[in-house]
Amino acid sequence: MTFETWLRADRLPHIWCSGCSNGTILNCTLTAVDDLGLDPDRTVFVGGIGCSSRSVGYVATDSLHTTHGRALAFATGVKLADPTLNVLVFTGDGDLAAIGGNHFIHSCRRNIDLTVVCMNNLIYGMTGGQGSPTTPPGALSTTTPYGASEPAFDLAQLAVAAGANYVARWTSYHVRELERAIRAGIETPGLSFIEVRASCPTNYGRRNRLRDVTDQIEIFRTRSMLKAKYDRLVAAGSPVPPDAIVVGEFVRRANPVMGVPP
Amino acid sequence: MTRLDFMQGNVASAEGAIAAGCRFFGGYPITPSTEIAERMAARLPRVGGTFIQMEDEIASIAAVIGASWTGMKAMTATSGPGFSLMLENLGFAVMTETPLVVVDIQRGGPSTGQPTMSSQGDMLQCRYGSHGDIATIALAPASVQEMYDLTVKAFNLAERFRCPAFVMADEIVGHMRERIEIPGSVEVAKRRPLEPGRLPFAAGPDLVPGFPSFGRGYRVHVTGLTHDERGYPATNDEAVHAALVERLVTKVESSRREIADYEVMNPDADVVIVCYGAPARTVLQLAAEQAGPPVGVLRFRVVWPFPEHALGEFPNAEAFIVPEQNMGQLAREIERHTSLPVVPVPKLGGDLHTPGELARVVEEVRRR
Repeated sequence: MTFETWLRADRLPHIWCSGCSNGTILNCTLTAVDDLGLDPDRTVFVGGIGCSSRSVGYVATDSLHTTHGRALAFATGVKLADPTLNVLVFTGDGDLAAIGGNHFIHSCRRNIDLTVVCMNNLIYGMTGGQGSPTTPPGALSTTTPYGASEPAFDLAQLAVAAGANYVARWTSYHVRELERAIRAGIETPGLSFIEVRASCPTNYGRRNRLRDVTDQIEIFRTRSMLKAKYDRLVAAGSPVPPDAIVVGEFVRRANPVMGVPP
Repeated sequence: MTRLDFMQGNVASAEGAIAAGCRFFGGYPITPSTEIAERMAARLPRVGGTFIQMEDEIASIAAVIGASWTGMKAMTATSGPGFSLMLENLGFAVMTETPLVVVDIQRGGPSTGQPTMSSQGDMLQCRYGSHGDIATIALAPASVQEMYDLTVKAFNLAERFRCPAFVMADEIVGHMRERIEIPGSVEVAKRRPLEPGRLPFAAGPDLVPGFPSFGRGYRVHVTGLTHDERGYPATNDEAVHAALVERLVTKVESSRREIADYEVMNPDADVVIVCYGAPARTVLQLAAEQAGPPVGVLRFRVVWPFPEHALGEFPNAEAFIVPEQNMGQLAREIERHTSLPVVPVPKLGGDLHTPGELARVVEEVRRR
């Protein structure tokens, strides 16, 4: 893979803060599409609004940077109008699970052939650190100054329940696993959802005792638990650490799909 | 070969869309527009097109914009509440210069209002509903025939100016059944591709850039952010923002004479009724049957950009009477362009004005 094949050199430097993992996740995604030999001229990246969605502007393919929460609805139109295109979506926890929640569940239900990479940093980063639907209970943000009081969404489980054919969760620490998951997602017909736990030292970390860039990465390294192990513990009735990040493949199935060439 | 038929206005609009080359419809059921979606669901798969019922109107217009970027002609249909939901993404379509057509079968509002009753309450929403400054192309059919003809025309204008075009119909013309002549073929504007060597958002003298469809190697970046001619965000650059928004507005507004489409009757009249959409049917009946001095009629088929020069077609005019199924939305625009008295004749509730009601207003205005 060459830098020029997939990135717009004239758009760099990017807008992300130091310690943000969005660049790592973008890199993993581009490695995956390159490994699979996708044609950049036949590949479209679609994003909504937020730090994560800005990724699409750095990719040197046709790219559609849309309105807040609506990336999946725009991507649905692109994919149905020309099913021969490879369509990938970059989104974040606020974009996908709050304002775009309806489009998320219906895209999974339709099982439309899109690959969705969600950079879940547990916070609204671009607007300065407000609580999102994945902010853990008790976490501090500018709109939860006394600690988040609402339960958090489990995005991967939501995608499984809503019907996506491929669902995985990794963190920005697990770069090889993430590349493989995105490859598997692209190769699996239907909706593929890859949730990536992402770091945001600027707007999440500094209010939640994770000020140093390495602190969040260390959590990803030490608290991640493979789905298989998690399932074994649950089946055996053994205790599971409440702050475990369950990673791995949640589902891979071949249910009927939408948006593939006839 | 021209074919005679008898059909509903909404169905005629769907047929016009297909004749104009529309091959993608994304929509959501809403009275009184649903028959358009139903017709497209039945017809599009048979002509190689795609129909999808989305989860709401926000998603519908988003999918239409996405489809249009693959180079396909695309549309949706809705009514007031759905149109309100679409506004943010319609602003996106203006900003990204995405050709598409929205058919709005207007019903009584505000809010859920009167789902099955006619209205012209969205005429300002389509003009001014988006945040930021926009120009609007809006057509107003007054018959089943015009539901067909003006839907075709809307697609051609959307392509010509690279922007959304609105068919601002109403429940009466949408649900009415009439005789219609379906032409054997219609004039269809093709999407003009981006010229080689030109930046994707750099326009020539006509202010409309060629279209870099997805999947053809242009590798274009499309964003609703303020962008430069490469399509790259330039959100803090005052000059780039001003030049972009001025071009988006001017490309339409400076062509108002080209876009204008109106009908003039009795140009020597002293009193002129200005109308569009279903209320025009009453006006035409009055003009045909009225005893006494003839009343002038100016009927707009294109409402936006407002063809202000058309008011000059009546050199002897002393007053303009404006019957609308709203509280005077277009009347206010007419006031901006004339020093003569403008008399709005609002009609709320869903029924048309009667010829007698309008005749009384004409008499009253003449007595003044």
